[in-house]
Amino acid sequence: MKDIATAPTTAVSNPPVQPTEAYFDARDVVRISATRDVPRPERQLEPVAKLIDVSKCIGCKACQSACVEWNDTHPEIGENVGVYENPHDLTPDMFTLMRFSEWENPATNELEWLIRKDGCMHCEDPGCLKACPAPGAIVQYSNGIVDFIHENCIGCGYCVTGCPFDIPRISEVNHKSYKCTLCSDRVAVGQGPACAKACPTQAIVFGTKEDMKVHAAERIEDLKSRGYENAGLYDPQGVGGTHVIYVLHHADKPGVYADLEENPRISPIVEGWKGVTKTAGLAAIGLAALGATLHGLFSRGNEVDDHDTQAADVLVKGRDPDDTHGGQV
Amino acid sequence: MAPRPYYSERGDRIDGLAPVTVSRYRGFTRANHWVTALALIVLALSGLALFDPALYFLTGLFGGGQTTRWLHPIVGVVLFFSFLLMFVQLWRLNMPRPEDTTWVTKFGDVVKGNEDALPELGKYNPGQKFVFWAMTGLIVVLIVTGVLIWQQVVGHWVSVPVRRVAVLVHAISAVLILLVFILHVYAAIWTRGTLRAMTRGTVTGGWAWRHHRKWLREVASRDNKGPAE
Repeated sequence: MKDIATAPTTAVSNPPVQPTEAYFDARDVVRISATRDVPRPERQLEPVAKLIDVSKCIGCKACQSACVEWNDTHPEIGENVGVYENPHDLTPDMFTLMRFSEWENPATNELEWLIRKDGCMHCEDPGCLKACPAPGAIVQYSNGIVDFIHENCIGCGYCVTGCPFDIPRISEVNHKSYKCTLCSDRVAVGQGPACAKACPTQAIVFGTKEDMKVHAAERIEDLKSRGYENAGLYDPQGVGGTHVIYVLHHADKPGVYADLEENPRISPIVEGWKGVTKTAGLAAIGLAALGATLHGLFSRGNEVDDHDTQAADVLVKGRDPDDTHGGQV
Repeated sequence: MAPRPYYSERGDRIDGLAPVTVSRYRGFTRANHWVTALALIVLALSGLALFDPALYFLTGLFGGGQTTRWLHPIVGVVLFFSFLLMFVQLWRLNMPRPEDTTWVTKFGDVVKGNEDALPELGKYNPGQKFVFWAMTGLIVVLIVTGVLIWQQVVGHWVSVPVRRVAVLVHAISAVLILLVFILHVYAAIWTRGTLRAMTRGTVTGGWAWRHHRKWLREVASRDNKGPAE
C-alpha cells in the first residue's frame, strides 16, 4: 500500500522515490459551482498559498516554462511586437504570464521596471465559481485551491464574466475553460507548484498561508529598510483574501503592476445577476405561469355570443345579398 | 391601385359566408409565427437551463451542457430574423390609434369581457399592440446583449465590464419576454376563437365583430365593392 502524501510546506523539496497517495481529493471540496448546500467536509485542510515577491523577480519566465511543461500545454509560437510579454496575454495554453510594466516613479523620477506574474489568484470567494452555471465545473477545496473540472465545463464563458482578475480563458478547440490550478495535482502528492519549483530566485514560494504571511512580513520589513516605505502584502480582502499573494514594493499602488486591481471584489453586477435577478425573475415567471394556468382553467373565457354572429352576418351579407364572393353561398 | 386600407391588410378578406369567416393571416405569416414561437420556446428552455442550477437538468433536452451552450445563440439568431420578417408584415397596424387610449382607460371592461363598453377597434387591440412592441423591443435588446456574451463568436473582443452588463441585461430581458410570452398565450386562449387565426388562418364573423369591428367593417366593405381590382 502506498503512503499518503503530507501537505507540502515548500516547493523546493524533491519528490519521494516511492509513489504516494493524494492527501486531498473530492471529499475536501467546500464549494461546487451551481450547487447549493455542499456538505461540510469532515476535515479542514490547512490553507495553502503561493507567495510571489515581485521585488525578487528577474523576469526570466522559468515559471512560464515550468507551467507549460508540467501542464503539458502547447502554446502557439508567438510574434515579437516589441514587448517582453510572451505570449501577449493569458491563453487556454498559458496559465501564467509575466507582465512587464515600465513605470516612472513620480517620487524619485526614476524609471522602474515592474514585473508581475499574472494568473489565477485562487480567491477565497471565487467570482468564477459564483458565475458558473454548470454543476461541478468549478470546485474549491478546503485548502483554498480553486480548480476547474473540465468534464463538467460547457464553455459558456460565465467564469470570465465573474472573475475579478480577468483570468480564465476558453479554448476554441474543445470549448472548455482553463486557468492555473495551483498545481492541485502536484500539491495533492506533497509537491509545490511547478512555477515555484522552477523559480531561480525564489521570488515564487509556496507553503501554508500562515507561513507565507510570515515570510512576506520579513520580506516587507527588508524592503522597507531599503527605502520602499510603501512595501506591503497584496492579499485582497474584497474577495475574502487569496491563495496567491504578492509582496509589492508599491503596495499602495497595485495598479502600477500591469493594472493589478486596487480593490478587487466580485462585481455587484455579477452579484445582482446571480442573486436578486435570478430569484425575483424565476418567481415572477413561475407565478405568472401558475396564475395564467389556474385562471385559464377556472375562468369562463371571453366567448363570442349569438348577437355578435348575427351582427357580423348582417354586416357582411346584408348590404349586398347578391355578393357571392367566396363562392360558398 | 386602391388606397392602402387603414384598419386591415390588403390580404384580409371575407373567406366564407355560411357561416361568415374572415381570413386574418395567410399561410406564410402563420408559418413565420410558428417558427418564431418554436424558437422562443427552445430559447426559453435552454436559457432557463443556464440561468438557474435548479433548471440545469433542462440541458438534457438538448443533449447536455455543451450542446445547449452552442445551440442557444444560434436559435437566437433564427428567432431574430424570423421575428424581423414578422415585424415587417405586422408593424403598420400595430401603430397606436386614438381609440386605443379609450380602450386602455376602460381596462376593467376589457378584463370583464364587457366589449359593448369598449370602442370599436381595427385589426389589433392595445393589448396585442403592447405584446407586439414589447416583443420587438426585448428581442432587439436580447440579440444585442446575446451577441455580446456569445463566447465562441465575440469572446476575444468584448471587455469583461461590458460582458457583465450584457449578461445582466440579457437575463432581465429574458425574464420580461417570458412574462410577455405568458400574457400572449394566455390572452389568445382566454379570448375564445382566437387560436384558429394562427392555425387555420381564419376567424368567425362573430369574433371579428366582437373584438375587431373596424377591421371587419373595412374588410367587409372592400369585399362588397364588386369585381376584384
